[in-house]
Amino acid sequence: MSEASVLYDNPGPRTRRNILIGSVVFGVLAVAGLYFFVYLPLDENGQFDAEKWAPLVDPGNEDFADVWSLLGQGFQNTLIAAVLAIVASLVLGTLLAILRFRLKELAHGPRGSTAGRQTFLGLAWVLNLISRVFVEFFRGLPVLLTIFFVARILPEYGVDLSPRLFLVIGLALYNMVVIGEILRSGMANLPPGQKEAADAIGLSGLQTALTILLPQAFRIMLPALISQIVVVLKDTSLGFIISYLEALRMGQFIIQELGNPIQVYVVIAVIYIAVNYAVSRLAVYVQRRVARGRKTPPGAEVPDVTKPTPLAGAPAGEGGAAVG
Amino acid sequence: MDVLTENADVFVKGFFVTFQICILAAIGALLLGTVLAAMRISPIPPLRWLGTAYVTVVRNTPLTIVFFFMAFGMPELGSNADFLRIPLLDKLFVRLGTDIPFFRFAIVALTVYTAAFVCEALRAGVNAVQPGQSEAGRSLGLTFLQNLRLIVLPQAGQATVVPLGSVIIAMIKNSALAGAFGVVGDLFQTSDQLTSAQGYGAIPVFIGVAAGYLILTVPLGLSLDRIERRQAVSR
Repeated sequence: MSEASVLYDNPGPRTRRNILIGSVVFGVLAVAGLYFFVYLPLDENGQFDAEKWAPLVDPGNEDFADVWSLLGQGFQNTLIAAVLAIVASLVLGTLLAILRFRLKELAHGPRGSTAGRQTFLGLAWVLNLISRVFVEFFRGLPVLLTIFFVARILPEYGVDLSPRLFLVIGLALYNMVVIGEILRSGMANLPPGQKEAADAIGLSGLQTALTILLPQAFRIMLPALISQIVVVLKDTSLGFIISYLEALRMGQFIIQELGNPIQVYVVIAVIYIAVNYAVSRLAVYVQRRVARGRKTPPGAEVPDVTKPTPLAGAPAGEGGAAVG
Repeated sequence: MDVLTENADVFVKGFFVTFQICILAAIGALLLGTVLAAMRISPIPPLRWLGTAYVTVVRNTPLTIVFFFMAFGMPELGSNADFLRIPLLDKLFVRLGTDIPFFRFAIVALTVYTAAFVCEALRAGVNAVQPGQSEAGRSLGLTFLQNLRLIVLPQAGQATVVPLGSVIIAMIKNSALAGAFGVVGDLFQTSDQLTSAQGYGAIPVFIGVAAGYLILTVPLGLSLDRIERRQAVSR
């Protein structure tokens, strides 16, 4: 193995031979297993027949154009809902993060001296509690449930929107809370010197949060935010529960006509995987960039105080070097 | 609000069905996830490739599609998930009814999906142990298994608790999808049944069902926060 591993030494000649033997054995076993337990049963049931695949992969097939125009529309709807939900949750999540951060500071900060100030702080304490309950509530519920009940409850009050907006509201309610918590913990875990310096130059609490802490929290938490975008993309597929015409729903129409569920779902899954994999790679890339830190000009070497982030992906190799 | 008192038994039943789905899927996902993690950190390339491929595919697929694949795909593979018909299981999990194929498919789907995330949590835990630790162990003359048992796993275990807990919380929430796929009687299907078919007001039903999920997720989440804070201090 090229990279240093926690578990193994660099293999010597005998270990290398054993690994080779193991590779051949397990490789053959895996291929045989896939052949006998996946390929053969599927083939026997005619899942590889041309008539099931042709509408999806053969441009000459009579249904090809219709099938792909349906799927195209479906994915277009999926993307529209996903983008709207992502933008809404980012904006609202940022606001929620700042609100929660400030309220927590006020509620647990020093007590005021005047009666007016004390009332204000008391109010902040109550609002802090309410915002906390709000966060725990929507974070603890399945998104599916949130979407379903947004589409049930709002019409009871005469708010009749399209399924798309119901889906976006449901997704945003959940994800704004998650993103808000990601950003808030990012702000809270910054080195205290940042806030102290901001206090020292006379910035107010809100100014500190907006101009000093939030931008840094965004930078540190960018990988987590991008992973959350993958989650939103995947969760748009839950729109089928309120009959939103996203990719899966369109797939169901095709299946009703052509009777090839496995093939249609394979195609949809491949597209999802391609898009999400690309976004995840982006997250990994960003994480590496962030871990490397900002480019400081030579000579202006600053000790990296922001290093110990609690993220699981903290590069183990570098940590080892730092300790050694 | 009458719906809550009149149908209290329905809510309670829904809660237990959801709870049982979660228990079974959690056991399955932890087992399968451990096997996958072992594959991904094994020195044998084909095993690593297989594990990596599994995790990449499953993690990037919406759970909805995984459910569809299980429902349509498993019969085509010639399996009715009969391996879940373990003799004592249907006695223990009376409310769930593991004798209905669809319930079994739902559990398999949740297991298959969650296992990928369990695998990643475990792997990240092992990778978080600094190589110097096991290098020191090896230079003391510990064998591979001793090293694993005495040095790597205890440290990895600590780093794994919180991520694993988050995975399980996510799984509890994901179990709602089983209700949307026709598993009768879980919390989500209960809410659909009460609002659609029986015409109860949406808000009281929402409160009842939400309470069921929050009882499962919020205490778990809060205790994870505590563990995380304690670990942060001890480091």
